Amino acid sequence: MNEYILPIVFGVTIGTIARIMMLRTDYRQYPTYLHGKTIHLCLGFIAASLGAVAVPAIMEMEFTAVTILTVAATQFRDVRNMERNTLTEVDGFELVPRGKTYIEGIAISFESRNYLVIFTAFFATLVFIIWNIYYAIIAAVLSLFIGRFLMSGSTIKDIVDIEHHPLHFDGAGLYVDNIYIMNIGLPERQEEILKYGMGFVLTPKNMNVVSTIANLGQRQAILHDVSVSLGVFSDSGTPALTPLIKRDLDDGRIGVFVLPQVREVNKAIKIIGAVPVLENAIRMPSKSKKHNKEEF
Amino acid sequence: MKIEKAILAVITLNESKISGGAPIFICDDQKELESVAANLEAITDGIAHALGEELFIIVKH
Repeated sequence: MNEYILPIVFGVTIGTIARIMMLRTDYRQYPTYLHGKTIHLCLGFIAASLGAVAVPAIMEMEFTAVTILTVAATQFRDVRNMERNTLTEVDGFELVPRGKTYIEGIAISFESRNYLVIFTAFFATLVFIIWNIYYAIIAAVLSLFIGRFLMSGSTIKDIVDIEHHPLHFDGAGLYVDNIYIMNIGLPERQEEILKYGMGFVLTPKNMNVVSTIANLGQRQAILHDVSVSLGVFSDSGTPALTPLIKRDLDDGRIGVFVLPQVREVNKAIKIIGAVPVLENAIRMPSKSKKHNKEEF
Repeated sequence: MKIEKAILAVITLNESKISGGAPIFICDDQKELESVAANLEAITDGIAHALGEELFIIVKH
């Protein structure tokens, strides 16, 4: 047994633990199935091995061995493709689809989590080899925390104020507050919608948020999460009963019209608030130099 | 070009106001109008939109 075996085993173990920690099945219900989990745990294990083995390679002056990390990068890009394909295939059969932006966000995070695992394993092994196992444990815990911090993004409640507004009809037009949602012709449908529907208005807290919540993918993500958590009063062949989000062009507020099966206002507000802000929807106009340039 | 929305049917009480391409259903009273619209909505998987009291269209989204 050579001097590197223990550090490598340690690194691989810590890396795999990191992957397990980052693999949560929550209300988003993904990955739901055992096989999906197995795939990700195995890939996590491989990632951890790559990270851990890289350190002894460097120590032994085998610098070319590090090029194997590029193979790893290609490998994990495939993970992203795999996730994207699976979710896109399945999305067509959802009553309220996730939408492409949400799927892309999920796929990206699956890829990046593998890199976090490589980093964790690399760091833990490195510290083990340079100092000893006690420092390595501290380093491992530290990188687990860093990983946790890096994988958590902001949520909708950080960027908007959410208010409940009852739905109302003006003629055939359905409104949430003053935001027009759609035209519903049949009186019975209108009654159904008033009975089962709920309306919320999301007011952006600053100018960056206006374009973020205007993003169609972000809006679809909100609808999907609400429908997953509270159920949806809809079926195939009833397009009139489709949850929708429309925008107030004047001030960038958005009106959310949903048809949940559990109609509890506070719960719904919490669930809308917990929707992740999709990375692909984030815009930062306030960082633009042209905006901030003082005018003389 | 892919057409994403299309008017599948027009249902009306007022014959004088309509003509043209989509299938047209002329009804005698408001009740019939609504029941025809509801049926067509269910059959075509479209949405019944009201353009006025006497004029409904079924639109596929």
